Amino acid sequence: MKLSIENLNSFYGSVQVLRELTLHVNTGEVLCLLGRNGAGKTTILKSIMGLVEHNGSIMLGDCEISGLGAHEIPRKGIGYVPQGRRLFAELTVKENLQIGMLIKGEDSHSLDRIFKLFPVLKERLKQESGTLSGGEQQMLAMARALCLQPGVLLLDEPTEGLMPSMIASIRDVVLKLREQGVGILLVEQRIDAVLPVANRVAFIENGYVKAEMERDELANEPDLMRHYVGI
Amino acid sequence: MDFGPFLFLATLEGLVQAAVLCLIALGLSLVFGVMRVVNVAHGEFYMLGAVLAWWITGWFAGNPAIGFVAAIIIGPLLVGVIAYFVERLILRKVEYDPEATIVATIGILYIVQQLVLITFGPDARPVDTPFYFLIEFPWFGYSGYKLLVICAAIMLLLAVWYVITRTRLGLVMRATQYDRETAQNFGIAVNQVYAIVFATGAGLAAVAAVLIVPIQQAHYLMGRDPLLLSFIVVIIGGLGSIRGTLVAALIIGLSDGIISVFFSPTLAKMVSTLLVAMVLVFKPEGLFGSRSQL
Repeated sequence: MKLSIENLNSFYGSVQVLRELTLHVNTGEVLCLLGRNGAGKTTILKSIMGLVEHNGSIMLGDCEISGLGAHEIPRKGIGYVPQGRRLFAELTVKENLQIGMLIKGEDSHSLDRIFKLFPVLKERLKQESGTLSGGEQQMLAMARALCLQPGVLLLDEPTEGLMPSMIASIRDVVLKLREQGVGILLVEQRIDAVLPVANRVAFIENGYVKAEMERDELANEPDLMRHYVGI
Repeated sequence: MDFGPFLFLATLEGLVQAAVLCLIALGLSLVFGVMRVVNVAHGEFYMLGAVLAWWITGWFAGNPAIGFVAAIIIGPLLVGVIAYFVERLILRKVEYDPEATIVATIGILYIVQQLVLITFGPDARPVDTPFYFLIEFPWFGYSGYKLLVICAAIMLLLAVWYVITRTRLGLVMRATQYDRETAQNFGIAVNQVYAIVFATGAGLAAVAAVLIVPIQQAHYLMGRDPLLLSFIVVIIGGLGSIRGTLVAALIIGLSDGIISVFFSPTLAKMVSTLLVAMVLVFKPEGLFGSRSQL
């Protein structure tokens, strides 16, 4: 499923954060958003999910989702893993997954698919999610979003605070999802962690898309990395 | 009467009070737990339930049990519907802002109170007990209806606990309580959940009122004391905690019943207030309260 954002302007109260922003995520493609803190990357994801006041066009396939209520947007086929995971910490792993399955309904087939990607969760079903390790929490956050069987997945800093082995696991899952045709919009600070899975990258600064290119072209643009990401 | 039987009688009276208080406070606690709204008008939904019970039982002359059954079904439903529209038309408009909702619910309190005064008048209205029989203990006979009130409250509490912990609706309510924004990301219509919770909270208060109105009388000012006691209960138990509400209602109900019988109702209120003060000083989140817990 293709996600198309055209001329997106987003606001926190009277402050405009995104300006005439245009982006596309194709089916089975990972688009990585790069930029310094405060550039507006998370706001892009929140705008797509209807959590931030905005105008402009956001199309999912042929369906205009801009202007829909925040609770209607996941029903169209978008999964969102927010920064900091935002698990329901007092609920068990199983209950968190049940929340994820509210829209599509509970079925053992989709649960099996989830457990194939994240086998550790199967052993932790009755555990309160707040007591999981950071890596397990991130897996649960992704698993919960995948319960929606999304065509497009929004990931906000999925490797934040994780050790290298966990980062590798998350990267593997992203690759598998990409192979299954899921479009992924990925916000990440750790460039090294995500570049191997990205098809394209976009540099965001002050709410604008400053540059957009194929991942392989990035090697020829060291100045861009230095300027927009600081490395 | 000897001290032992006298204490037993006072305990029974305290349990009746605790049962009713628990239902009222549970409604208040549920609304705050899920919506973070301090509903100052909660006592008026209780009062409305009692007055409607008197009005509805008036339709059925003859067997008071039929009128009572009709009242306990129709009364809370009507109150729930009214609360549903109050939530949609007022609380939603102020976007559940904590300060604005307090002011709004104070306004609702006076509107409901004065409308009842205008419509039904200032008199206290008696409602017949649906049945009358005494349970004979060795020392005294005790009202079977009052024991029924305790049993009904226990069953309702169990039902609420079951819904919250074992059903899909309960899961949705808990998710909304813990993180409203994330709940929306999974298709939960938070506004709809809020409306249901607000109506349920008011409905629980109305059920408590219908249960108590054959013991007390329906009156347009009767919402004030239960509101204060409910706040005492939810502060001691921990706002949003069902377990805390139950324990605190038992403490307050029993202490109120026993102290009132042996000493004076004023002393009972002083003890309740002292308990609240101690909880606020030493455990401000309440005995069973946490960041966010049902």
